[in-house]
Amino acid sequence: MTLRRTAYRTAMFVVALAGVAALWEFYKWVGPDDGGKVFGVAILPRANDTAMPHVWSMLSRYGKPELRGSDTKIWEVVLSGAWYSFRLSLVGFVLGGSIGVGLAIVMARFRIFERGLLPYLVLSQTVPLIALAPLVVAWGGKLEIGPFTWPRWLSASVLGAFLAFFPVSVGTLRGLSSAPTAALELMQSYAASWRQTLVRLRFPAAVPFMVPAFKLGATGAVIGVVVAEISTGLKGGIGRLIIEYAREATADPAKVFTAVFGAAALGLAMAGLVAAMDVLLMRNRPKEITA
Amino acid sequence: MTDQAPAVLVSGVSKIFNDGTPKRVEALVGVDLRVERGEFVSLIGPSGCGKSTLLRLIANLLEPTSGDIAVNGKSASQSRLEQDYGMAFQQSGLFDWRTVAKNIELPLELKGWDKAKRAERAREMLELVKLPEFADLYPWQLSGGMQQRIAIARALAAHPQLLLMDEPFGALDEMTREYMQGELLRICAETKTTVVFVTHSIPEAVYLSNRVVVMSPRPGRITKVIDVNLSGERTEDTRNADDFFHGITAVREGLRGTHADHANAGAVRGVEDR
Repeated sequence: MTLRRTAYRTAMFVVALAGVAALWEFYKWVGPDDGGKVFGVAILPRANDTAMPHVWSMLSRYGKPELRGSDTKIWEVVLSGAWYSFRLSLVGFVLGGSIGVGLAIVMARFRIFERGLLPYLVLSQTVPLIALAPLVVAWGGKLEIGPFTWPRWLSASVLGAFLAFFPVSVGTLRGLSSAPTAALELMQSYAASWRQTLVRLRFPAAVPFMVPAFKLGATGAVIGVVVAEISTGLKGGIGRLIIEYAREATADPAKVFTAVFGAAALGLAMAGLVAAMDVLLMRNRPKEITA
Repeated sequence: MTDQAPAVLVSGVSKIFNDGTPKRVEALVGVDLRVERGEFVSLIGPSGCGKSTLLRLIANLLEPTSGDIAVNGKSASQSRLEQDYGMAFQQSGLFDWRTVAKNIELPLELKGWDKAKRAERAREMLELVKLPEFADLYPWQLSGGMQQRIAIARALAAHPQLLLMDEPFGALDEMTREYMQGELLRICAETKTTVVFVTHSIPEAVYLSNRVVVMSPRPGRITKVIDVNLSGERTEDTRNADDFFHGITAVREGLRGTHADHANAGAVRGVEDR
């Protein structure tokens, strides 16, 4: 039953991918090579090979060397860049997740914190990441606690955490408040302490709310890391590859797409990680249709 | 001697919600109630008569606005802290993520019992409610009636002397409900537990109780206490016996009296006549 559903979902994923590829090729076929103007405003994108390379030329680019005459194939470069960014994202995700859950606990425990803190959390997410990235790098560079010096990559992880903590804290807070009144009264009738109620009732009851929140947090961490790599010029990750390859877009248009797909796969891998957590945590819960 | 003290002693208790605001509600006014040990007492009345509030006051889930409540000779809050009573609600309130056995162990876990002792008691309780083979299943895999039996097992796991129940069978179908009533009487007889039972079913109250406390709304108060004491052991025949019907008539009249202001109300609203 579950196996069939998994197979069905995988098939649908492949079909959807093929659909996007077909749409891309279809537009290339019918779209104007030099773009289209409506009342003098450029609206239709250019369909020529420089702006929109063929799907097969993007895919075949993976098998060719990164630079002319070099031995390293581009898939190796993209893979190692994605792996590097994945590790940074994971650090950011764990950091942001812990902060998010911690904030949610504090807000659930003390109503006054919820009223005082929540608006600022919402506000924090309106700060543009690009503006924040150089600041974090500058602050981090000045930080030195004993033998600990701030590595450059940590700034990228911190920015990942900055995007990850918000959905986690909001989702967890909702989850912690979702325990039914009867269950809370029951715990009260057992003279259970707040901590006992948190561990035995509120957290387990929050899991169905936390899983989607963590999924959003995971993809947020990836976006934060990639954007931070781009705006701080951190080498080694997929974000850096994207800007490097984008500079060669005229000569080698398919190249930048290899890195873009690498970033997308990275986000999927992080979301997959959370999905695996979901299956593990919810294996003994009633199987209901999730909204 | 606390052993001589009544199981529940409520004296001059009032409960007012939202006092000092336009939404002020007199949930209970001047309530006196004495429940002896081993007694089965039902609280019955239309919606809004404060029967659930009274139960929550006894459980110390609410504090009275005025008056005193003693449970087993101790203050209500002391009794709660010492887990002197078990509680069961209309919703079984079992935790989805715990197995049946682990649900029953919950109060023992909070009391700090060790694992082996907990497991043994859970087994005992499952025997008591006749569901020993379901220990490792999850609550959502059981029927509503079974879930309610597990909830009763959980409420009694720490062997409390007092069981507080808030319409525990309200969500069950009639057949299951009558079966559960028989089971509850058997379990209480075996464990010598005192029960305070909130219901809005007249036959249920009469079938189960030594005394039925009739309450009325606006403001919530006790209007009548009816001694039922059906003779002998209760069986299916009890439901056809004259005593049973006398009891039902008495309670129904008691409830009518509370609605003297509703001149044309044929039946009491919110109370089942089945």
